[in-house]
Amino acid sequence: MSGPVLAFIEHAGGEPDRLSLEALAFARSLVTKLGAALEAVVLGSGVEGVAGQLGAHGVGAAHVATDARLDDFAPAAWGAAIRTIVAARAPAAVVVAGSERGNEVLAHVAARLGLPMAANVIEVTPGNSWRLVRQRWAGSLLEDAALDAPIRLLSVAPHAVAAAPTAATSVPTISTFAPELEPADLVARVVRREPKASAGVSLADAKVVVGGGRGVGSAAGFANLEALAKELGGAVGGSRVVTSLGWRPHSDQIGQTGLRIAPDLYIACGISGAIQHIVGCKAAKRILAINTDPDSPIMAVADYAVIGDLGAVVPAITAEIERRRAPA
Amino acid sequence: MNILVCVKRVPQTGGRIVLTADGQAIDTKFLGHTISPHEECGVEEAVQIVEKEGGSSAVLTLGPAEAEEQLRDAMAIGIDRAILLETTGGEWDPVSTAGAIAETVEAQEAAHGHFDLLFFGNEAADTGDYQIGVRVAVALGRPVINGIKDIWFTDDRHAVLARREAPGGGWETYELPLPVVLGVKEGLNLPRYPSVPGRLRAKKKEVERVALGSSPSGALGLGAGEDSAGLGGAVPGPTKLLLRLPQEERSAAEVIGRGAEAAPAVVDMLERIGVLAR
Ligand SMILES: Cc1cc2nc3c(=O)[nH]c(=O)nc-3n(C[C@H](O)[C@H](O)[C@H](O)COP(=O)(O)OP(=O)(O)OC[C@H]3O[C@@H](n4cnc5c(N)ncnc54)[C@H](O)[C@@H]3O)c2cc1C
Ligand SMILES: Nc1ncnc2c1ncn2[C@@H]1O[C@H](COP(=O)(O)O)[C@@H](O)[C@H]1O
Repeated sequence: MSGPVLAFIEHAGGEPDRLSLEALAFARSLVTKLGAALEAVVLGSGVEGVAGQLGAHGVGAAHVATDARLDDFAPAAWGAAIRTIVAARAPAAVVVAGSERGNEVLAHVAARLGLPMAANVIEVTPGNSWRLVRQRWAGSLLEDAALDAPIRLLSVAPHAVAAAPTAATSVPTISTFAPELEPADLVARVVRREPKASAGVSLADAKVVVGGGRGVGSAAGFANLEALAKELGGAVGGSRVVTSLGWRPHSDQIGQTGLRIAPDLYIACGISGAIQHIVGCKAAKRILAINTDPDSPIMAVADYAVIGDLGAVVPAITAEIERRRAPA
Repeated sequence: MNILVCVKRVPQTGGRIVLTADGQAIDTKFLGHTISPHEECGVEEAVQIVEKEGGSSAVLTLGPAEAEEQLRDAMAIGIDRAILLETTGGEWDPVSTAGAIAETVEAQEAAHGHFDLLFFGNEAADTGDYQIGVRVAVALGRPVINGIKDIWFTDDRHAVLARREAPGGGWETYELPLPVVLGVKEGLNLPRYPSVPGRLRAKKKEVERVALGSSPSGALGLGAGEDSAGLGGAVPGPTKLLLRLPQEERSAAEVIGRGAEAAPAVVDMLERIGVLAR
């Protein structure tokens, strides 16, 4: 008989985090394969409401640490709290979201337990030795791997599975526990927060993103892209080349080491379509490429293309939109 | 400040990944190599801090003999010395890698004095294991925080302040007593390009080599090997079996037109897909 699968649930504003619900959906398919129970860990004071919602996602038992020291992010302490439940429940696996925090906390669990950890998993097959498929290069490459450990520590790649409630809703048993925290676990914790500077549409949320690459030619060349983005109520982003050259700030970078965006439309101007850029924009519903080179790799991922000099094409599109909007 | 930066040699892949016939690695016949971007910023930050605060900087990598190239690149922009943990054969799993790095840090500190800061990338560009820095920190009993895009010090230089982006936007700051381990991210700074004199100086600097051999977990062998020194009884893994390319659903682009004359057709398309409606 297999031990339970333990899912770690991040939350904000009294709601479970979306990526954690995806991880729960992933964990649910794992418990089916194992014939095990699905349990959850939720941390922080006043989180019973979060735990209560997890029944709709197949959780039978939720372990809640109502400890104010865990309210804000403290990765070693969060890891210690998870270890408290791991010790009590001897799970077959611990599953977390492959979020920045999820991966970081699981690394603490893994390091302290002396166990291997697999990050950004998209498939798992339990057996004598567990087989899994995980993402490398932010998803540009997949790895088949074997994981041999008494407790399998997995983070689930974002958007590998959909977060869907189960058909049969149940009410989870909620039990509280006191995490075993050492002073050293609380050294790395947030001491100050600064809110988001809310100025206009953010790149992360924009419905239309106009992205510029080396083909834009200069920092000044981005004025054309700004004008088009403004016309479309969108935001401007760019490739690593343009942030490395200082044409744009790093916060504008789209890709593996920048932002991952999912707008309705991404307009890639003078961007060749390197894999590290594509992983940041492939979630866009549609991609329009504007490029002088009809053979550039971006053509293989774009839905639409205009072959030509962006210095001419982009202003022409802006002008055409203005022309159609102008009262007749 | 004495600083050690851990970097990894990764292929400079571009438009399309090509794998070797045995599916064990990226075919790098036609590719150069680089330091992962997050770690490049770690290197730059170390150089800047030592320029401002004094002290010394070192760079370390675990990898094949060729990884000396990345160590020289780091020294070319101003890192003082380099350590190569030289491996033979395939990739090392993250548990074994972290074990070897932690052991080396201890040996280096016994010989050269302690490091105030250990810099890691938030995640390596190729494997993206998201754990080496944390494992090393735990092995050494030091505090660690990832995702760092801003670093400064308290007036007495006993603690570091480090800032990262919060999940929903905005920033969160951590204050950690030295010595500390930081996982840094691109955006921390704008790494400089090595100058020609910098490259010449780097050529003359020494690279300390430690021969490690093949991974304690074995290329395809499962479970801990005989000599998993440094792992402190930890179970190594995961074990890579095979690499493959994901299936892409998208098909080739529909060419709407050429040059500025394409504008009306583009705007027709924008109207059709509903991004112009306001
Ligand atoms: C580990 C790692 C991580 C990385 N992370 C990222 C990342 O997060 N984001 C990212 O973007 N990159 C990343 N990169 C870099 C990536 O590999 C590419 O180098 C980069 O994306 C290329 O940027 P680019 O398309 O702007 O430039 P180029 O590849 O130089 O392409 C320029 C394009 O512009 C076209 N062009 C030129 N002139 C014009 C013109 N007048 N009009 C129209 N088209 C024109 C050219 O035909 C070409 O297709 C990473 C690389 C590595 C190794
Ligand atoms: N082979 C290696 N040699 C030196 N440092 C490494 C190595 N592998 C990983 N690291 C460091 O650990 C960080 C996190 O790596 P990972 O846990 O593999 O995602 C990287 O950004 C590097 O700073």
